[in-house]
Amino acid sequence: MNDWQYRLAEHRGALTAVAVFVVMFIIYTANHPAGLTANVIQTAANKGVLLAFVAMAQTMVVITAGIDLSVGMIFLLTNCLASWLVVGSPLETTFGIVVVLAVGALCGAINGAIVIYGRLQPIVATIATGAIYFGLALLLRPFPGGSVNEGLADALTGRIFGIVPASLVALAAVVVLIWVPFSRSVYGRAAYAAGSSETAAYMSGMPIRRGKLLAYTLSGLVAALGGLFLTFFTYTGDAAFASGNAYTLFSIAAVVLGGVSLFGGKGSAIGAVFGALAFRTIGDLLFVFDLDPLWQPLFQGLILLAAISLGALALFRVRNRLEWFL
Amino acid sequence: MENGGPLFRMEGISKRYGGVRALENAGLSVRAGAIHAVLGENGAGKSTLIKIMAGVVAADDGQMTLGGQPVKFASPAAANAAGIACVFQELSLIPELSVADNIVISNPPTRFGMIDRKAQRRLAEEALARAGAADIHPLALVKDLPLSRKQIVEIAKALARKPRILILDEATSALTAADVSKVFAVLKRLRAEGLALVYISHRMNEIAELADDCTVFRNGSKVASYAAGSKSDGEVIEMMIGREYHSVYPAKPSRLAQTAPVLETRNLSWADRLHDISFSLRSGEIVGLGGLDGQGQRDLLLALFGVLRGLRGTILIDGSPISISSPAQARRRGVGMALIPEDRKTEGLMLPMTVRDNLSLASLDRLTRGGIIDSAKEESAVNQMMTLLAIKAGNIDAPVGALSGGNQQKVVIAKWLMRQPRIVLLNDPTRGIDVGTKQEIYLLLRRLADAGAAILFYSTDYAELIGCCDRVLVLYDGAVKRELVGAEITERALIASALNIPSAEPTHQEPAQ
Repeated sequence: MNDWQYRLAEHRGALTAVAVFVVMFIIYTANHPAGLTANVIQTAANKGVLLAFVAMAQTMVVITAGIDLSVGMIFLLTNCLASWLVVGSPLETTFGIVVVLAVGALCGAINGAIVIYGRLQPIVATIATGAIYFGLALLLRPFPGGSVNEGLADALTGRIFGIVPASLVALAAVVVLIWVPFSRSVYGRAAYAAGSSETAAYMSGMPIRRGKLLAYTLSGLVAALGGLFLTFFTYTGDAAFASGNAYTLFSIAAVVLGGVSLFGGKGSAIGAVFGALAFRTIGDLLFVFDLDPLWQPLFQGLILLAAISLGALALFRVRNRLEWFL
Repeated sequence: MENGGPLFRMEGISKRYGGVRALENAGLSVRAGAIHAVLGENGAGKSTLIKIMAGVVAADDGQMTLGGQPVKFASPAAANAAGIACVFQELSLIPELSVADNIVISNPPTRFGMIDRKAQRRLAEEALARAGAADIHPLALVKDLPLSRKQIVEIAKALARKPRILILDEATSALTAADVSKVFAVLKRLRAEGLALVYISHRMNEIAELADDCTVFRNGSKVASYAAGSKSDGEVIEMMIGREYHSVYPAKPSRLAQTAPVLETRNLSWADRLHDISFSLRSGEIVGLGGLDGQGQRDLLLALFGVLRGLRGTILIDGSPISISSPAQARRRGVGMALIPEDRKTEGLMLPMTVRDNLSLASLDRLTRGGIIDSAKEESAVNQMMTLLAIKAGNIDAPVGALSGGNQQKVVIAKWLMRQPRIVLLNDPTRGIDVGTKQEIYLLLRRLADAGAAILFYSTDYAELIGCCDRVLVLYDGAVKRELVGAEITERALIASALNIPSAEPTHQEPAQ
């Protein structure tokens, strides 16, 4: 095998997600009454970007062989906080954004500290912290309301040069400025290594704890970026429990669709972003085919099941049956 | 540093794990530009010694000096920083990362805070070339490499740290002959470059070819250090054995009835791990599997028990060929096989479940009425087993994880005996349990055999094979190298055939393959 074949193999999961997304999106626009217009793309982008941020946040934790069930609640909490703080003069707005992001990062860091230093299972630790974050969100916004700097909101949810959705550009910028440096840093590699084999990583003298803590912290930060965009789209803060839970669960589905292994150590946030976009398109597809809304959840489930089954094909090659359980 | 003086010295090192003494007042002294072989049986304390040297475990007692200065290593990273790199027996590679990622893992080159992938690639290629494996692609994922290649990557990874002392723990045990000669060339070059190498191997011919100095360990203590070539193989084996063992074993039947074999294999092969294994197992006999750890014994037991896919060759039960594709089929009526696994904590027991649940787990199909577990039947079967094996449990509804290691192992055995198996496969069943329980297990095995069971028994303890078995098949590199029968089963013959060298004493030659 030569270089590009290895690179292809490394990114197979992400590329599959891209392919699934592109196919679905083509079917979607081909059947959309308006066709492929800037408007259709902008609407699709704005719907997809929120889940993409949350899925990217989930990825950071999943590569360390953890799972974050509080990610949707961090998303809600930062949304509620932004609806108070991201208002007023440019200086006040900037200050608000900084605080919102810092709170998100702190939430992530708390999750990380509990999991790493408290040695608790990520799944229960984040159920507990998720309830706390939701509680705080509810205190901030017992009822939907608040506002946001509308000029900024419109700029970030509109179109650049009348064509490119600004939210997609923001998403790409986050990937380039946060994900890429993280995944290529020593700590990022330590996070991957800890997810793949914590014993071997320890034996190799890697900074496992700092790597994992950074992964959890950045996860909170990216979830807060999602929360900010939610505020930009809706102009309000809303502590909606069902919505927070749905984002948490969908982020896990998106991560798997994007080729990230729930066992840790494998996959990238870029795959997860496309997994999220593909997941959103499944819902839109059923809409353009004018399917009875009653049938939509059922079909969404079937399509999702088919898509994630692609990843299980490798099991047919296993020669020692004990490896099925590894 | 003066020429010829010791570069690294350990003195008075002691280490206990719980109540078990792993090392007692042990020492080692290595010089630069030399290869120092460390020899000893399984469990002689070699691995603990090098773990202390590499900072993986801390010694309870004793001193270490490096270049004359006293040193202490709190972690593997500290030992690395001092210039000690170790190639471990259990691989320390990260499976989901690429070869290049793994090689530079403890100190990757960075640029603007990010890992410099070009520099990493260059370092990895250099290290691979130095390890004589330029053919391994730096971008390949470690999990996709065969074991022998992983081992080479592990060596390259150690070399990338530019060590002064390189420790190799059974570094060649997984390698093919072609790879071994490559690694040897590398090691000799490193020696010429002035590195100190510590080399642990069971293979006498390798030590004869490589070593400058040798140290023999037995029961956690140093027996002797000598210049390589100054002792014969026979003397070395004498030093490695050296201990006396009491007769804790039940008497063997003087002569076995020649019945038709219950289990027979013909040319059993799997992947590159098992090669043309043919043997037969009769009712009433205990057959041992010997050889060094990891020569395919475990794979053979798994193959018989239906765990491995893509098995070639034939398995015959009562003379007729049969295909076994899962443990569920292996235990069914007409086959009646049971496997006592190696790792009772993961493969043998559900630790948080109760003693009762664990005992009846493999026999539930026989303890149910209309799909519902018949608790009276279960109770009586469980009680029968508790008595038969004298399992000491405060309460059968206590979690099995609360029992002592020996009693846990008895539960694993009892769980399968409840099915009254005709063929019992055991994978090192006495590892890590106390002498008293061991003795009970030996007695039990003989009683089972006398009652008509056929037993295939893998053990890493030679004394057990000698004490318990009617015949021993010695495996080497996935093939049966030698069959020892009756009085031929001696420690000397076992070690010699496990090391694949001609035995020092004349024995009746079995048709070795």
